[in-house]
Parts: sequence; structure tokens; C-alpha cells
Amino acid sequence: MKNKILAIFVVIFSFILQSTVCRYIAFGNVGPNLLIITTATFGFMMGQKAGITVGFFTGLLVDIFSGGILGFHALLYMYIGYFNGFFKRLFFKDDLMLQILLVGCSDFVYSITYYLLMFLLRGRFHIGYYLMNIIIPEVVYTILLTIILFSVMTLFNRLAEKRRSRSSEEIV
Amino acid sequence: MKRKRTKFTLQSKYLLLILTGLCIVLMAVTFTTDLFTGMVARISGYVTIPFQTGISEIGGYLSDRSKDLAQIRDLQKQNQELQERIDQLTIENNTLTQEKYELNNLRSLYQLDQEYSEYEKIGARVIGMDGGNWFNTFIIDKGTDDGIAIDMNVMSGSGLVGIVTEVGVNWARVTAIIDDTINVPGMVLATGDRLMVSGDLELMSENTIRFSKLIDSEGKVKEGDKVVTSNISTKYLPGLLIGYITSMEADANNLTHSGSITPAVDFEHMDQVLVILDLKQQIDENE
Repeated sequence: MKNKILAIFVVIFSFILQSTVCRYIAFGNVGPNLLIITTATFGFMMGQKAGITVGFFTGLLVDIFSGGILGFHALLYMYIGYFNGFFKRLFFKDDLMLQILLVGCSDFVYSITYYLLMFLLRGRFHIGYYLMNIIIPEVVYTILLTIILFSVMTLFNRLAEKRRSRSSEEIV
Repeated sequence: MKRKRTKFTLQSKYLLLILTGLCIVLMAVTFTTDLFTGMVARISGYVTIPFQTGISEIGGYLSDRSKDLAQIRDLQKQNQELQERIDQLTIENNTLTQEKYELNNLRSLYQLDQEYSEYEKIGARVIGMDGGNWFNTFIIDKGTDDGIAIDMNVMSGSGLVGIVTEVGVNWARVTAIIDDTINVPGMVLATGDRLMVSGDLELMSENTIRFSKLIDSEGKVKEGDKVVTSNISTKYLPGLLIGYITSMEADANNLTHSGSITPAVDFEHMDQVLVILDLKQQIDENE
């Protein structure tokens, strides 16, 4: 229950941040993709089910506000959450490398799929341009943000764990 | 532990399947009908718009403050520069007065004297951008309550920004003219030649827009010419400034020209916009 409320809060909060703050920190029209970070993180930290649910609702929010086809982003984000869920077994809290790899791959796959479906199908063939000017910068920026966010989160985690271990000792 | 995991995967597979089905149904419904448009607009108006307004204000405030700090450092330098600018501007002002006279002549020539000032306008604040990097749409904090409707033209300063494509009770979504999906029929003010202005993601980072299909049989159109919205457009009011031609070249067919336009609006630093409440007169085909 607590986790669910937290998830709802995180999804809405990251969506609002994505649509407001990210435009202030965008470099050359390209901003980081906070929503991918959220979806992927829930996926590999809490498993496939969490990844699917969070991805679905994140995507739905994007769909509602981008005014396009309802369900398109939901589907895309949902599968990203699902596939990240496979890596729950490999995931350790302090292993930054896996997190970076997963978020980076997720964002890359998302961007490429998005390009294929929304641009290539409309006859925009300069894949090299889109790759160099939008997809790669977005991935790099997103990874950068991931590193910052995870460093902050590990700090919080350590504090929380300290408290948890203390309280569990009391219960046991 | 092992048992739990297998149970988990099974469930998530079904969940994925169900939600995939749901997404496909949603997509099919939005593709074929406009059942969700009103509903969705209403929900989002109450769920995230208030937050977006707040955070956007905070963000604006913070960036203003950081700008202030930077400015204090540069103030001395700027002061000097501004002095030089004043001299420069005085000279510029003179030329502008001359150009204004010329412009007035041109306006009466092309019967563009129905200027923007005649349109009823309402100011709005930009409170959110489209989440991704692919399209160029933004959210403003005025909606149907303030009289905004779909297809209304949006301006910033003196230039055309875009068009309202979706509207809720207290918000509206504006698609900018530099968006990859937008085409605006325009014309060169000096010669009256028509052209098609289309947004392009490839040019977005350079802050320019592509134009094409310019039939310039007399070869009079030159770089720096003003491009305004054409009177034959179905959605855009005539005579709104789009930008200035920065480059042009003849197409392979030797009949038309294409090139790029620098928009009159700075799309990167846009906080306030004006929505023109007048809609372009539509011909009712039933009559």
C-alpha cells in the first residue's frame, strides 16, 4: 500500500517535472527523459509487475498531454518497464553500472522506436541526423541525470536502511 | 523464494497482455472516434495543470533569480555596452522611421491595414512543454473558461507562434509552427507570392523553418523578405508575421523555390503568449 502511494506520487511528480523543469535545463532543445528513468527504475528495482504498471500510467499521462493517439506511449513505456523487470535478479542497490546501462538502453530503444513509428513512417529518412542530434544527446543527458539521481537515492537508501535495521531488531 | 518468483512472472505476463490489449483498444478508439478527447481534457485539467502552473512559476522564478545574479556580475559591462547601443539605436531608429513609412505604404498596397491590433487577444502564460524532444507543443494556462477554442492562432510579440490544437477547461495545447507536423500557407509580403511553410525537426535546433513551393516567376523575392500568413489559409488569420527568409534556392523542377525562414518569435524563451480570440472565417460547405 505504502509502495503504491509512493509510486503514484513519483509518477505524477516526475511527469510534472518532465513537462516543466526539463525545458529549463534543456541543452540545445534536447532535455533528459525523466520518465524513462522512473519507469526503468521501478522495473529493475521492484520487478516486472511494478514496471508494467508504472510504465502504463506514465505513458498514459504522456498520451493525455501530448494529445496524440491514446495508448501509444502507454504501450511503449509499459514494455520498457516490463523488460527492465527481468533485471531485478541482477540488481544491487550500489551497482551504478547496471542502472546506467539499463536506463541508457531503455532510453535508446524508446527513442529509436519513437523515431521509427512517428518519423520514419512520415518519410523523414535522415536517421543519422536524428541519431546524432536528438537520440544520442538525449540518452547521454538522461544517463547523466540518472547518475545524479541515484547518488542522491543511495544516500537516502542508506539512511532508510539504518533506520529499518534498527526497527527490525526491535521487532525481532 | 523460488516459488514466489514463478508466480510473479506468470501474473506479470497476464497483466502485460491485458494492458497491451487495453492500449490497442484505446489506440483504435482514438484513431476512429473522438470519444476520449473531451473526457481526457477534463481529467488532466484537474489532475496536473494546477501542479504544472505552480512548478512552472517556481521554475520561472528560479531562472529569473539565477539570471539576476549573472546580470549583477555583468552589469558594469552591460552598462557600457548599452551606452553604445543607444547610439546605435538612435541611428537605427531613424532608419526604422523611414521603414515604417515604407511599411505603411506597403500595407495599404496589400490591404493589410486590418492589422493584428484589431483582433481581440488574450494573454496566457506557458506552463508546460511536451515531455519529449521530438515535437514542439506547449501548454498554456487559459482554456474554454477564458474563451479559447481549437484552431485559434497564438502569437508572441509580433510573430506567429502556433495554433491551439487541444483545449481543456483551464488549459490549452498549442502546437508551434516549428513543429514537425505543422504546415502554414504563407506569402512573401513584398511580392505577394505564396509559399508553404513547414516545421522540421531537423531545422528546429537551428531555430529556422523550412519553406517550399514558392513560385517566384519574376525572381523578385530575396533573402530578408518578410513572410506572413497567407489569406488563402483555412485556419490562420491573414497577415500574421511568420519570419524572414534566410536562404532560398531553386528546386530541381526549376519552377519553385524552397529554403529556410527565421521565425520572428524566439521559441526557446517563450513565457507569455497572446491568443487571438478571432477565428478565421470558415466557409460552411452545407450552404
